[in-house]
Amino acid sequence: MTAVLTKPSRGVLKPSVSSPSVMPPPPLISSPYGSNLQQNGSHSNSFTPSVAPSIPPYGQPPPAAFHSMAQSPPPVQQLTNQMSAMDIAGYGQRPLQSPSNSAAPQFLNSPPPLMGHPGHQMPSPVSSPLMTSMGPIPGGPMAGSYGAQMAGPQTAGIPGSFSPSGSQMAGPAQKKLDPDSIPSTTQVIEDDQIKRGGQIYVTNVRGQVPPLVTTQFTVQDQGNASPRFMRCTTYSFPCTADLAKQCKVPLAAIIKPFATLPENETPLYVVNHGETGPIRCNRCKAYMCPYMQFMDGGRRFQCAFCSCVNDVTPEYFQHLDHMGRRVDLYERPELSLGSYEFVATLDYCKNNKPPNPPAYIFMIDVSYNNIKSGLVKLICEELKTLLERLPKEEGAESSLIKVGFVTYNKILHFYNVKSALAQPQMMLVSDTAEMFVPLLDGFLVNYHESNAVINNLLDQIPDMFADTNESETVFAPVIQAGVEALKAADCSGKLFIFHSSIPTAEAPGKLKNRDDRKLVGTEKEKTLFQPQRGVYEQLIKDCVSQGCSVDLFLFPSQYVDVATMGDVPSHTGGSVYKYNNFQVEVNGQQFLSDLRRDVEKFIGFDVVMRVRTGTGFRATDFFGAMFLKNTTDVEMAAVDCDKAVTVEFKHDDTLSEESGALMQCALLYTTIGGQRRLRVHNLSLNCSSQLSELYKSCETDALINFFAKTAYRAILNQPLKAVREILVNQTAHILACYRKNCASPSAASQLILPDAMKVFPVYMNSLLKTPVLVGSTDLSTDDRVFHRLLVNSMGVEETQVLLYPRLIPLHNMDVSSEEIPAPLRCSEERLSDSGVFLLENGLTMFLWLGHACPAELLQNLFNVSSLTHLSSEGLQTVKQKDRAELLFRQLLIEDKGLHGGASYMDFLCYVHREIRQLLS
Amino acid sequence: MATYQEFIQQNEDRDGIRCSWNLWPSSRLEATRLVVPVSCLYTPLKERPDLPPVQYEPVLCSRATCKAVLNPLWTDYGVLGPQSGFLINLFPPSYAGISEVNQPAELMPQFSSIEYIVQRGPPSPLIFLYVVDTCLEEEDLQALKESLQMSLSLLPPNALVGLITFGRMIQVHELNCEGIAKSYVFRGTKELAPKQVQEMLGLVKPATSGQQGKPMAPYDGTASCRFLQPVQAVDMNLTDLLGELQRDPWPVPQGKRPLRSTGIALSIAVGLLEGTFPNTGARVMLFTGGPPTQGPGMVVGDELKTPIRSWHDIQKDNARHLKKATKYYEALANRAAVNGHSVDIYACALDQTGLLEMKCLANLTGGHIVMGDSFNTSLFKQTFQRVFSKDYNGEFRMAFGASLEVKTSRELKVCGAIGPCVSLHSKGPCVSDNEMGVGGTCQWKICSLTPATTLALYFEVVNQHNAPIPQGGRGAIQFVTQYQHSNTQRRIRVTTIARNWADAQSQIQHIESSFDQEASAVLMARLGVFRAESEEGPDVLRWLDRQLIRLCQKFGQFNKDDPNSFRLSESLSLYPQFMFHLRRSPFLQVFNNSPDESSYYRHHFVRQDLTQSLIMVQPILYSYSFYGPPEPVLLDSSSILPDRILLMDTFFQLVIYHGETIAQWRKAGYQEMPEYENFKQLLQAPLDDAQEILQSRFPMPRYIDTEHGGSQARFLLSKVNPSQTHNNLYAWGQLGLGSSLHYIIRVPCQPSIKTEKKRRNLERQSSQMTLVCRFSWTISRNWLFPVQPKLLLLISEDCTT
Repeated sequence: MTAVLTKPSRGVLKPSVSSPSVMPPPPLISSPYGSNLQQNGSHSNSFTPSVAPSIPPYGQPPPAAFHSMAQSPPPVQQLTNQMSAMDIAGYGQRPLQSPSNSAAPQFLNSPPPLMGHPGHQMPSPVSSPLMTSMGPIPGGPMAGSYGAQMAGPQTAGIPGSFSPSGSQMAGPAQKKLDPDSIPSTTQVIEDDQIKRGGQIYVTNVRGQVPPLVTTQFTVQDQGNASPRFMRCTTYSFPCTADLAKQCKVPLAAIIKPFATLPENETPLYVVNHGETGPIRCNRCKAYMCPYMQFMDGGRRFQCAFCSCVNDVTPEYFQHLDHMGRRVDLYERPELSLGSYEFVATLDYCKNNKPPNPPAYIFMIDVSYNNIKSGLVKLICEELKTLLERLPKEEGAESSLIKVGFVTYNKILHFYNVKSALAQPQMMLVSDTAEMFVPLLDGFLVNYHESNAVINNLLDQIPDMFADTNESETVFAPVIQAGVEALKAADCSGKLFIFHSSIPTAEAPGKLKNRDDRKLVGTEKEKTLFQPQRGVYEQLIKDCVSQGCSVDLFLFPSQYVDVATMGDVPSHTGGSVYKYNNFQVEVNGQQFLSDLRRDVEKFIGFDVVMRVRTGTGFRATDFFGAMFLKNTTDVEMAAVDCDKAVTVEFKHDDTLSEESGALMQCALLYTTIGGQRRLRVHNLSLNCSSQLSELYKSCETDALINFFAKTAYRAILNQPLKAVREILVNQTAHILACYRKNCASPSAASQLILPDAMKVFPVYMNSLLKTPVLVGSTDLSTDDRVFHRLLVNSMGVEETQVLLYPRLIPLHNMDVSSEEIPAPLRCSEERLSDSGVFLLENGLTMFLWLGHACPAELLQNLFNVSSLTHLSSEGLQTVKQKDRAELLFRQLLIEDKGLHGGASYMDFLCYVHREIRQLLS
Repeated sequence: MATYQEFIQQNEDRDGIRCSWNLWPSSRLEATRLVVPVSCLYTPLKERPDLPPVQYEPVLCSRATCKAVLNPLWTDYGVLGPQSGFLINLFPPSYAGISEVNQPAELMPQFSSIEYIVQRGPPSPLIFLYVVDTCLEEEDLQALKESLQMSLSLLPPNALVGLITFGRMIQVHELNCEGIAKSYVFRGTKELAPKQVQEMLGLVKPATSGQQGKPMAPYDGTASCRFLQPVQAVDMNLTDLLGELQRDPWPVPQGKRPLRSTGIALSIAVGLLEGTFPNTGARVMLFTGGPPTQGPGMVVGDELKTPIRSWHDIQKDNARHLKKATKYYEALANRAAVNGHSVDIYACALDQTGLLEMKCLANLTGGHIVMGDSFNTSLFKQTFQRVFSKDYNGEFRMAFGASLEVKTSRELKVCGAIGPCVSLHSKGPCVSDNEMGVGGTCQWKICSLTPATTLALYFEVVNQHNAPIPQGGRGAIQFVTQYQHSNTQRRIRVTTIARNWADAQSQIQHIESSFDQEASAVLMARLGVFRAESEEGPDVLRWLDRQLIRLCQKFGQFNKDDPNSFRLSESLSLYPQFMFHLRRSPFLQVFNNSPDESSYYRHHFVRQDLTQSLIMVQPILYSYSFYGPPEPVLLDSSSILPDRILLMDTFFQLVIYHGETIAQWRKAGYQEMPEYENFKQLLQAPLDDAQEILQSRFPMPRYIDTEHGGSQARFLLSKVNPSQTHNNLYAWGQLGLGSSLHYIIRVPCQPSIKTEKKRRNLERQSSQMTLVCRFSWTISRNWLFPVQPKLLLLISEDCTT
């Protein structure tokens, strides 16, 4: 990919067009900036080392490298600028910029280099210094081209503290660059889909970069874990720590150990080595995998991770062929596949006893709010059918998972639903100070055996509390009760808690409203995100040691301190769901489908995860819904198919290009059928002493996942502003390093982006505009915290769509085709008054109706004649110019943020300027 | 005047009173010299079928310090009268027509005991709160469940009933719920303040900051009634609930005892009643099958390898939990007593269940203690049924929330009471500083009592020697018992007694002949048992010996150096005998008894009436033979003969013992042969008699059928005086301590020939049971007391120094 630079044809970007002289008066812009920068400089040192110092290399997936080489370099337009005045001292401590420097960055992108589109590398129009005259660059010619766009220099667009100048910038007098000229995510996605979609991705090559997460492809495991299980920020690690430091590209893997595989991919093989248990290296305890080197006629093997030479036990002995490979290579999954499972022996079980099947406990808040909203009735009705579909072991006749029921307000009610009973029995525990489980036998039962009693109970619960006027609730004791119940039954399991309000009743874990928006934007803002410690900290430990995962469904009508309430779920492999002002008619369906999925999904319990690496580097930090007991063992009460753990790696020695970078993620867990298993994922990466290799092998989606998680963790300890600055600086630094080391020399005013990271800025900008990082008093604290918790356990697929929502035009959809129309760029400009658009980011979905959308369409869709007749009740339907449109607009991430945050264009400009400062 | 025997009998029948002395020494000094204090046994609710209650309020003396109730003594201005001011003015209008011939009942001499029905607030229902241990063997639990279900039919229909079950945890069951059965659950290890219990049961609103929680008014329905419901309303519900009761589900590992949270269960029961029905008659009925093993009030840990404390451990100060547990239960008992609630303990297990620690619950609140081996025995089942027995009016033989007040004429002060009562700390002018038993008060609370409940009350003569009471004057005592009758009425029973004063110097013979040795024996025994609860066994024995010796010194006649000349008058002749047996009794001897057993025996001893108490002190023995009708015989090894069947009643045990020959015959099956019909009848006779006793006694005695050489024969052998079996370990082993007095008094003389005649006389007047008892006394009255005076005196010197 060095190509990008060496061959200007790729990497070169259209010059942007603003003439300094025309630029709006600098002070407007720079003053917000200036202060930001200063902040940055002063705070970046305090940022957690895991984030700040890692400057990563750059890379582009190799396949992508082959096109566009031969392109002729597009002319690079250069605009005048006065950037030269800038004096950049370095990443960490940047001196203040003089406000007089107007930002007029030039953008260089790799020009649209596809062979197929030579036409696109048309020289970008030479922008005359007068932006105004340019107007939007016609999108036409650019369409379908990739890289090269020219960004309109925007004076304004600065991330961060924006507002006044931002709005001013948006004024009509502003010259505008053609938005189509800047790198388009939808385009990148579409291109990858075209290029690699539908193909079989064979994992037999070390360090090969997988297709994008958005691309449909089939994986064939031939020695490396599927990218569905493990995805890395780059597939070529720098050989030395220095290089890594220089480029600041983070080295990380996002591991989703139980990722759901499409039906056409083979499920993992289960290997049973009998009583001896899995074969492991004696020294580093790595499990047998394709990278182990057999020698000595098969009598010994050398560990690929620690180089220790181990004897092969007689039972496992096998001869080697002429290639030095075992003859049974292809009969043994652990020798030929990247992912497989071992049956664990008793040594791997708690107390050396085989585990019991897990239990699911449903704990329903029956205080006034939940009764009134009809939620309790809804849950009880749903459970009657849902419990039929509890997950079961493959091939098993019925689920072995036991179920139990608790209702509570400020006291807890347990239910005895033993099959022998004619009626369920209710046991009330009001001693919430020291919670305990009042019964053993009959609390956790097999659903099929106790079916009648359970249904009887579910019928009665809504009636029993129909007249309640109890509005106080407890929370920590509820979790405690669940843990105690599992403890008593000696099993792991999951709690489903349906909760409505902040727990104010006198009990451990009582919370008070600490939602002080005045703190937003101050040093103390972080306290809003920090959970209350004490009881909850202990609960987390209890939960994890018992293998008790907590899923929390919140139905708040006001502040409930999600930061604290979500603390236990987010450390036990659980999920938090939140339905503000829940109404059955409005959110009922959404809740039910969440619940169904949550109950039915594949999950493993009582998990210990260990990531082993080859010599030279190691896993140093972990992000996810988990608990770290020590620096290496990740403990999770449970992991389900949606949970991902992001692992950061650091060098502790030099890596060799020859041996590459190997990693093995081993996950010990209990299946839903109560079996102890070990799941092993292996992945081998390349190493290179060339930064260009690194940049070539970068994975933007994985990178942004890593950045999101690190930033969301950092805000617990640092001021928001500092975190934002660090993100921006690192972005600039990564790109500047690329420019400096990998791109061919070109004018400073050009913005040159590595091909693999072309759309990195748009994601980064979107990340900066997420509720968590935007720091606006208009946003509810709970929502911000909630968002933070969500992202914490997300995999790459989820962060990708979250940060770049899909905007699908529906109005001219071909009804006869199954094809979903290609998503559009997330910008208001893409909307049309007469259109109907669907916008979704994985969490929310909007149907946007333009005010001029055809009556016929409305008639067909909603059976109303005009928009005015359509009531917005139907949720998520947003009419143009509606109040609800604000929420919708928040997701149009290429535009300027509602609560602050730059537009994509502005951000690019800003980053460009930063880069130039770094380079100069 | 009739004989003292008749006088005593008459007084007992009418007033339920037995006094130690029926003439009272007129000065403090003389009274002290009499050794046995002026005291009485009083049975407040003695059944008086011939005494219909009157339906009006008692008339009280107007003097604030007196407030005595109008009584027959007032007419003769003897004792209470003069201090009571102007009687005539006191009478309400309804008494206007009063005259010598037209007197209200309470002024007539035969109404020295009278019962008033009074109106005091709304009638309160009876309350029964079952507290059931579920850590039982399946069989036991089943039997218990059946007994409890059965008991529902015995309760008055409007009585409130509640259910608490416990094992490792405690469940308080709601009884009024349709559909789902609800219960509140508590952990058994955490002590909860009464207020917390009430909050957690939802009986009061928790005290939120700045606003005091206010307790629900009693009777105010919904809250309290969730747990306590009228039997008639929840009969079916509760029957089902009991039917579904399961054994405590928590696993009990090998080598462990089940975790039993008796302490907390009781504190919740007490807290529940306290919060809902303070000052209303209620019974907490604890059914337990083992010792409390966790939480406050635990008696023993759950490790089976650590055995429950024995007397040996206690003496060695090795009983870890004893003090703490005792203190815990005492606090509970006091709380219950303050609210007028009583606690019964039905403990059925082969091993000890912690009665020693828990006894105060029953002792202080008038509750029952029943001890058995299993709930699946007729001993428990029938005893439990008998709790709900009814009297001649078809009303329950139980009363609640009683308070007993004692008023004395000014020459007397009350020292204390011994019985199932607690002090109400009421300091009146008639309260002595000298405490005997529960003293320092003239009012006691008796949370629950039956017609047989008997208290011992001790008095002090305060008249100084130099201010003698005029001859012919009388001392008077009035007992006022207010209580809640089982039919929910409030009633007041007033008993007024008077005895003549006598000058101990000039009238010592009279005083001697007025001595009621049976009553005295029991009164002294109660003092001894009361002391034994807090003092070392040998000290108590020494004290008893000293008292006996002093009494013999005072009243015995003998010539110096001639042991055979020692004589006691008839009115004292049996007293040493009683003391002899008392010393050997399980009330004072702990050897061979567990601490629980001792507590159990003592519990019953301090509440039964005189007749029963005497049986406990000196068991009675009957002999059946071909040679004549059954006869009472000496409690002596000489009574054990091969051709006799013996029936021994110790109150707690009923032993039928077949002599060697009889046993052989029985084994040979002669009773099955028609020609030996008489043998069959002989075998049957003691069984029938035993059956009668079994039918009527509470608690039902342990029934033992044994024979010569049988292992259970030890029950008999341990009781008889071993005059002929010198090596008998059972008898002597436990007497190792104490003085040598027993050597002196151990040899009773042969019975008199008059016995049979007397028996026939008595037979006519009494029911068989009382008859059996009476016999014993009658016979023993004729025994002599061949003590050796020399030795006696020697010992007396020993003892006094």
